[in-house]
This record gives sequence, structure tokens and C-alpha cells, in this order.
Amino acid sequence: MSKPKVAFYWCASCGGCEETVVDLAEDILGVVEKVDICLWPVAMDFKYKDIEAMADKSIVATLLNGAIRTSEQEELAVLLRRKSQYLIAYGACAQLGGIPALANQFPREQILRFNYEECPALDNPGKVRPQVSLQDNGRNPHLPEFRNVVRTLDQVVDVDYYIPGCPPTPALTRAAFDALLSGNLPPKGSVIAPDVALCDECDRKATKPTNVAFTEFVRPHQKLADPELCFLAQGMVCMGPATRSGCGAACTSGNMPCTGCFGPTSRVRDQGAKILSSLCANIEAKDEAGINETLRGIPDPVGTFYRYGLAKSLLRRRVDLNMTGGGH
Amino acid sequence: MAKQEQEVRIGFYVCHCGTNIAAMVDCPEVAQFVGTLPGVVLSKDYKYMCSDPGQELIQQDIREHRLNRVVVASCSPLLHEPTFRSATEKGGLNQFYFHMVNIREHDSWVHTDRAEATSKAKALAQAAVHRVAHHKPLETKRVSINPTTLVVGAGIAGIHAAMTIANSGKKVILVEREPTIGGHMAKFDKTFPTLDCAACILTPKMSDVGSHENIQVLSYSEVTKVDGFVGNYTVTVKRKPRYIDEEACIGCQDCIPACVFKQPKFADEFNEGLGKRRPVYIPFPQATPQIVAIDPNTCLNFKKGEDGGRVVSDKCKKTCVEACGDKNAIDFTQVERIEEYEVGSVIVATGFQTFDARRAPAYGYGRFPNVYTSLEIERLVNASGPTGGHVVMRDGKSEPRSVGIIHCVGSRDKKTNVWCSRVCCMYSMKLAHLLKEHTGAEIYNFYIDVRTPGKGYEEFYNKLLDEGVHFIRGRVGEVTDWAMTPDEEGKLVIRVEDTLAGYVRRIPVDMVVLATGLEPQQDAQDVRRMFNMSCGSEGFFLERHPKLAPVNTFNDGIYIAGACQGPKDIPDTVAQAGAAAAEVLALIDKGFVEQEPNTAFILEDECSGCKSCIPLCPYTAILFDEGKGRAYINEALCKGCGTCVGSCPSGSIVQNLFDDEEIFSEIEGVLAYE
Amino acid sequence: MSKEWKPRLVAFFCNWCTYTAADLAGVSRLKYAPNVRVIRLMCSGRIDPQFILEALTKGADGVLIGGCHPNDCHYVEGNYKMLRRFQLLKRMLGDMGIEPERVRLEWISAAEGEKVRRVVNEMTEQIANLGPLGMPGRFAEWDREVESLAAQIEAREGGGCGCGSSGAETAEKEVAHV
Repeated sequence: MSKPKVAFYWCASCGGCEETVVDLAEDILGVVEKVDICLWPVAMDFKYKDIEAMADKSIVATLLNGAIRTSEQEELAVLLRRKSQYLIAYGACAQLGGIPALANQFPREQILRFNYEECPALDNPGKVRPQVSLQDNGRNPHLPEFRNVVRTLDQVVDVDYYIPGCPPTPALTRAAFDALLSGNLPPKGSVIAPDVALCDECDRKATKPTNVAFTEFVRPHQKLADPELCFLAQGMVCMGPATRSGCGAACTSGNMPCTGCFGPTSRVRDQGAKILSSLCANIEAKDEAGINETLRGIPDPVGTFYRYGLAKSLLRRRVDLNMTGGGH
Repeated sequence: MAKQEQEVRIGFYVCHCGTNIAAMVDCPEVAQFVGTLPGVVLSKDYKYMCSDPGQELIQQDIREHRLNRVVVASCSPLLHEPTFRSATEKGGLNQFYFHMVNIREHDSWVHTDRAEATSKAKALAQAAVHRVAHHKPLETKRVSINPTTLVVGAGIAGIHAAMTIANSGKKVILVEREPTIGGHMAKFDKTFPTLDCAACILTPKMSDVGSHENIQVLSYSEVTKVDGFVGNYTVTVKRKPRYIDEEACIGCQDCIPACVFKQPKFADEFNEGLGKRRPVYIPFPQATPQIVAIDPNTCLNFKKGEDGGRVVSDKCKKTCVEACGDKNAIDFTQVERIEEYEVGSVIVATGFQTFDARRAPAYGYGRFPNVYTSLEIERLVNASGPTGGHVVMRDGKSEPRSVGIIHCVGSRDKKTNVWCSRVCCMYSMKLAHLLKEHTGAEIYNFYIDVRTPGKGYEEFYNKLLDEGVHFIRGRVGEVTDWAMTPDEEGKLVIRVEDTLAGYVRRIPVDMVVLATGLEPQQDAQDVRRMFNMSCGSEGFFLERHPKLAPVNTFNDGIYIAGACQGPKDIPDTVAQAGAAAAEVLALIDKGFVEQEPNTAFILEDECSGCKSCIPLCPYTAILFDEGKGRAYINEALCKGCGTCVGSCPSGSIVQNLFDDEEIFSEIEGVLAYE
Repeated sequence: MSKEWKPRLVAFFCNWCTYTAADLAGVSRLKYAPNVRVIRLMCSGRIDPQFILEALTKGADGVLIGGCHPNDCHYVEGNYKMLRRFQLLKRMLGDMGIEPERVRLEWISAAEGEKVRRVVNEMTEQIANLGPLGMPGRFAEWDREVESLAAQIEAREGGGCGCGSSGAETAEKEVAHV
């Protein structure tokens, strides 16, 4: 009997998710033993045409990480969807848009201009920009098109499961593999992580008083954080209460507040709106001036509350951006 | 979740409300549209849904068409939600499988374009149809009613309400901030239109209240805090020190003449400053309770303390204490006490204040000694007043030979109060009659309109006309002492445009009476907040509905009576006090209230224990279970605002009747119709 | 869109003050613009910022929030909690390109039927001047970027046996990575 086929693919991502797969360490061998990896660009050499040649649904599961920003990523997402029984959005970018989705605050043209013309570290005197296709000595190479909008995987194709995190933890990855290989699968659409917020597993939980009333907000670089006290009790924005657990409270254990990479619980439609609601309601001031003074400590609410989730948020993208490369 | 997902079968009804809705909303069209929506089994329009046949229709359809959800588009849910919930329940469904759409107050009555109003009705109906699919069966919680009632304010309204309740055998706590009960009415001489003596009606009632076994009078006291909810309020009462042991004082009043001040020297508040009293005093002979009070601001045994308050100096010879003898009722060490009382319902009857005549400077009150307010004249014509009923002017000797009574002072005026104070026309005519009777003077009434809409009131006006009292129609421009002719010398001249005669007149008189209007008490806003009531724009307490619930407020178990709700005369006040007492008795007799089950609860398995919600609850209903590391809500304390629900960062708090899915579907529904 | 656009406002009113004020406006037969759709909540403190975003994304051109005046909340301080959320939400919506006039918070007491009329009329006019927000339309426009690809793929693969034809095409095509 042939081993089940598994594919890994990366789209708009940093490669951190791939590291997690590698971080399975000894366990990776167990996985490799049980499955047949048919695509893994970061580690192994396969060609798209090999995949295209495969029968539909012949891959048991594809773990796809990264947001979808280019036409090539879309194309591969569609292809892998067709070839896989289970398509799994692996990591915050595929699930929620991740850091790349913060680009949804800016017009495409601004991004291209900065990256190919204005960036101080750039050496591109001809201000050459990537073209979708060109003629070069009789060859006709194609480059993927850079889209206007950063998308989550499920905004492009149907997704079966989500493994959250930036990056996902080895433990959750292992759990997902175990579930897949054993056939003991949760309902379609599930996020493979506890549906309880992070505080549940945070060591600092007990140190949070029941009478927090914010008089100021500080950012991690502005204050040396107490290594044991709840960050919110220190006036530091911590996304923990609005973020799924399952990471083992890795950041808060490392004396950094949670930034929300595991996304919201299943009961929440917009993670940023919810943490905003909670933090603001607990501000001490009652008058507009006092409230705004306290809120000066959150200079960039979008970047703070939607660090990983902008593409999946209710608004998805800065609404006054158009689709012709220009912008506001 | 082991809940079986049942097919949703919605019955939709749109009410014409006669023509109230149907004139602006095409009801058949709305019914036709809603009938096309998924889940809607039947959709009807009907003339009066709230009528018996309308309610019967719902019940019958539930049975015949196996409906499991009901939506009615009609008036405001604040009006008829209970009606339709009840019909839903009688049809055999849980009453919370119902939702109501407001297409009258929020639609047909406020719009002028029929097509737009109809579209809006469709959108609102669609929202309700979406929402109701998510409704869950809920049980109302019964809360028992503490049978003791708090009555705040012991004027005629408070007194009558307290007596009515106490006579039925229920306990009443009657709080009055003055040293005596009686309110404004105790100051009046006669009452219109029958001219029976106010004291003769009121003082027996006052002493009945004082001696009633079911009434505890807390005079010289103020409610400072109210906690709890219908049936179970805890009220905090501040007992101001009167420096008299109320238990020990027998009301002999021997201390008053014994005071070191041989003559009464200080302005007497009860007599509007027209008379004098000693530091130890009783407001008036029939005051209830019959207990004197010592005013620390004038009593020699007190001095100014460091914090500006009064402290005992012990410098006085204390002849009063001597006179009191072994009764030992005088206690200079008394301090403010704070007491708590448990009550089930509250009647707020805090009355009114009269308009400050100084705010109408053209009429010279405070500048010309012989310009009086109507309340001063009440005391002046009163046999137990400062002059024994002898009407003399401020010089203490001369009787007025002519009096001008100016109506509507501070009322019906955009610069002061816009409303009609309702009682001034009648009391002005009463005072006109009494002044004429006492002095034989010529009396001139200056009025904008004479308003006599009460039983026997118009007849009283006719009687006055027969008595030769002058009525001049015109708003008085000013009262001046600037004489232009010899016969105006030494007189007050009333300048007025006589709008019937059509020219400006100058009427010289000896005395001017200002018929000052009624306005909300100075601290009405504080009282309103304390009892969680609303005020109308003019500042009087707002009834829940002017016709359907005139003595109820928006806060269950809190009722209003008398002039705190709006200017009214004594008969209306007493009627309203009786109505409020009846509401209270109905509540007590029923023994319980059904509470709207809109409380919130925390999903125990989903809560992360972040504690963000705990400081948000104003009722400390959210507690933290250290063992489980989760928060939980004490349902008995939750009042259902939903603030914690809107704030829960992981969406782990649910509010019954207003859960997230219900609201999201309502939002989506309201926008689904183009 | 062939139909003439008219602003659509969703309003969240608290039960005790603003909803009652809107009832009063009705009882007083005050006339105002028909563009507002009211959703009743017990307290402005219940208004989850998600509701506001949801309304905007589902097609509202503006959202009006009505609560009791400061100090007057039926539930002591729910209105302050809404005010605090509103302050940051307003800023955040600005960062997301939504004009500040589109989301408005007003304290309207049970006695202020007239204020309901004034605020609804003012807001309707302001939003009529701004034009539609049209989030559902924007989403659809954004999504067309993806749909075109799906159509392309379908067209390409519809031709032959699928694998063969696409393989032939990609063989000619050089791709940036892998």
C-alpha cells in the first residue's frame, strides 16, 4: 500500500511556518515515515507540472502557509485545492492574512513605488519594476501579477481546516497530523487549537486584578515589563484575552505581550473590534479629553489590533483604496 | 449541544392600527413581501392586532399552521410587547419566540412618503424575521415583592398615597425633608373652588399619618441612595439632626417660650419669612410630628466649626433644657444618622417649587416692598399666619385699598418657563376673593387667558366676576413706582396693554401679587438619577406613558404622584396619589414580578478567565471563581444591560434576548431589503 | 445600479433613553428622513464595535449610536463604556479610510424626541453629501481580481483532458520561483 501523499506549499510568508515543520525535529521522521511528501518547495525539488499531472484528490492533505497576494499563489491554491482531499490553511498568514495583510492599508502603487523606487536601501537607478511578461532574446518569461488585495487562503479557495499561529507550534502541527492520519477529524472549518482565549494558559493570569482601570497604555519598548505581572495590569496592550490559546503562552512567557497571531475564538467575527471594545471599556476616564489622553498610548490601532488579522477582519482592507493600482 | 434543530416556521402579522399605520405604510404589500422570505409560513395584515380577535388570530395560527415563531409589526414594543408575548404563549409557544417590529412610532408616524415608509417597514420586518429564527425559549424569573413601600415627600400626594397603602394593612415609610409633613398645602389658607379651609382638610390627615400604626414618618430626613430593583430596594436615608430626641419629646413645646431669645427674631421659613421664630421652634401649630426642632444656625449653643458647619459651643444658658426638665428630650450632641430601609416599591411625590419672582425683574419683587408672591399672600390671609389673617402691607399697619394680581409669572414665557402652571388662574381668583373679603379692596387680575378647566372652576370664575373683581386681559409690561400723575404718587403702577380695550393702561395699586408658576424642585435631577427615572424636557419626572401608565416610570416599582410629574391642582394630585397607591398595592398583592430574562451568562468552558468583564459591571454581578479560573455571573444581580457581553474579548458572554447572533442577523436583515 | 441611491443608516438605540425618545418623536408626529433603521438594545454599553463594523460591511452608509446622557445611564455607566470604545473606533475607522461622519454617537434622553429628528436629518444629509460607502460593492469589486483567474483556469483546462493541455502550456512558461 502506498503511503498517503502530503504537500507543503508557501505563499506570501516569511518561511517561519516551514521552520515549524522542521522544528518537529525527531517527529518529522515519524511523519516522513508515514507519508509521502509530494511537494515541499523549501526543502525538496518538485515541479508544478508533477502536481498538475496527479489525479484530482490524490493528495491527502496540503498544508499551505502564507497569504495570497500574487496570481501565482492564487493559481497554486486553486491547483492544490483540486488535487487535495484536505486543504489546510497553515499559520496566521494563510488563516488570517498575517503580517503581509497589513499591506491592505496601502495602495498597490504605493507599495511598488516604495519597493522599486524610493526605498533607501535600493539600488535600482532605472526604476525597473517587475513586468507580468516580457520578450527577452526570443524567450517569453512570465512573472506572477502582484494583486491589489492581500487575501487569506479561504478568500480564494475552500479550506477544510486551519492551524493557527505565527508560526504554528510543533505540538499543534503534530496534533493535526495525528488527526489526519488517524482519520479522527474535527468538523470541517475547525481551527485546530483550543477555543478559549490565551489567558487560560498564561502563567500571569493569577496576577491580573479584578479592578483594572486603564489610565495609560504603554508599548513594550517604552517600559521594562515586570516579568510576572499581567501585561494589562501594567498598561501594556496584550491581545491575549481576544486571542485563541494553544501556543503555550510562548510570548508572555518570554516577557512579551501577546500580539494576537492565533486569531479570534470561534465566537468572534472581528478580533480587533473585540479587543478594542474590552480595552476601551476599561479605561478609567469618563470624559472625551481624558479618554483620548489615555488612548494616546495606542497610536496605531489597526497595526496593534489587526497585526495578523486584517485580511480576515470585517473591513478586510482600507476601504477607500481602488483597484487600479492608485489609491487615496 | 443536544438541541434538535427544528425547522423554523414563522408567522408574520402587520397591523394597520386603524389608519395610524395603514395610512402611511402599504400593509398588504409588506405582508406580501414578508410572505416570500425563507422560513415565513404565513404572512397577514390585520386592522388591529392588539385587539382580542387579533390576538386570537395569532393563537389560532400557531395551532393550525404549527408556527414556532411569531413576528408582529405594529407599534412600539414598549407598548404592546407584553400583549403579543402573551398571545404567543397562549398559542402554546414559549413567549420569547416572539419579536416585535415598530412601524408606527418609528415609521408611519414620522415619515411623509408612503413608498419610503413602506420600504422601511419591509426592511424592519425582514430584520425581525431573520432575528426571530435565532430566538431561544426562555423562562421569566419571579422575584418576590417586599410589601413595605417607601413614599418620598409628604405633601398632600405623599400623605394620601401613604394613607391609602397603610389603610390596606401594608407598611409605609414616609420620608419628608422638612421638620413637618404637609408640604405646600399646609401653607394654603383656602382651597379653590370650594373655598374650604386647607388646614381643615389636611391637618386631620396629617395627624392620622403621624399616628398610623403602619406608617413610619421620617421627617427632617432625605433619601440619599437607592439600590436594588423592583420588589427589593434598599434605600439609604439621611436623618438630619434636629437636636431633639424624637422618642423623648412629648410635644409640649415648653422649650419654645423658655428660649433665651425672649422675642422670636429669625425669619420663619414656614411663613415665607413674613413672620419670626426662635431658634427652637415648631413650623406651625398642627405640625406633624409634634416635635420641635433646633436650628443650629441661630441657636446660641452652636458656633461655626472649622469645616464651616455648626458645632456645639455650650455657651448658652440652655434655658430650653431646663424647661424640658426630666424629659431630657433636647440633645445638642445629636449628629446626622444614616439609616437603611428595605422596601419593595417607591412612590416619589417630591412636589414642586414656585418660580422665583426675582427672575421676572420687571415686576419689582424684592425691589418694591409691597410686591408679594402668591405664597406670601396665602400666609397673610391665613388665620394662623404671621398676622393672624389680618392683611397688612410690609409696614405692618396699612391695609391695601387696591391690589393687582399678575397672572402667569414665570409661566407661558419663552424667557422663563414655557408651560402653563395650571393652578395659577384658579388660585389667583381664590386670592382675589379672599383679599376682597378681608380688606374690601379693589382687585385687578391681569391675565393672558383665564384657564378654568375643572369641576366647578368656570362657575368660580363667574362668581368672581359677579363679586366685582376686575379682569384685565394683557400681559403686564412692568410694575413701577414712577408716578406720572398725582393719584399715582406713593402707589405701585402696573403698566399693561389692555388687549380687549386696545390701549396701554397704567393701574395704580397699593399691593401687587405675583401669581408665580410651578417648576421642578431644585434637586429634581438628583432625585431622578437616584431613582433611575427620566425627566421631560421641562424637568418634571416622566411617566412611562401619559395615558396607559401615567403614574409608572421607566423603572419598575418606582411610581410618581403629584406635582413632581407636572403642575397640577390638589384634586388631580390626590387622584394621582391614589392611582400610584393602587399600582403599589397591585404589585404587593400579586406578590411577585416576572423579570425580563435578558440577563447575561458566561460560557464556562469558553471563558479564559481574563477578568476584563469584572470591573465593567456596575452591580458587581460578575465574580471570579478562583478554583475554576473562570468568571461567572450572579444572575440575581444582573440587570441585563449587556455591557460585559459587548466587551468580552473572546465572545464568551451571552445575553439572553440580545445574543450576538440575534443582533447580527437583525443587522443583516435590516440591510437586506434594498 | 439603476435605482437611485439613498443613504441607509443603521441606528443602535438604548432602550431607556434614545429608543424611547424615538417613540416620543413618533407620538409627537415629528417628521424626519426615512433612511434610518433602528435596532434596539438595552444599553449603549451593549453595542459591540463588531455590530458597527458588521452594519458597515453589510451595506450601511452610516451608523448612529444613541445612548443616555452622561450621568443618566439606566445601568449607571454603560454609556461611558460606549463613549470610550467610540473614541478609539472613530480613529481606527479613519485609519481604514472611513469618513468620521459615517459613525456618530449622540446622547439623546427620553424627552428629546426633537433631537432624534434633528440628528437623523442632519446625518442623512451629511451622508447624502458623502455618497455611498457601498462596502458590499467594494468587496465584490475586490473579489473580481480572483474570479478572473478562476475563469482563466477553467477556460484553459476546459479545452483538453486537463493535465495534458495545462502541462503543455506551463512547459513554455518560466515561473519566478521553484
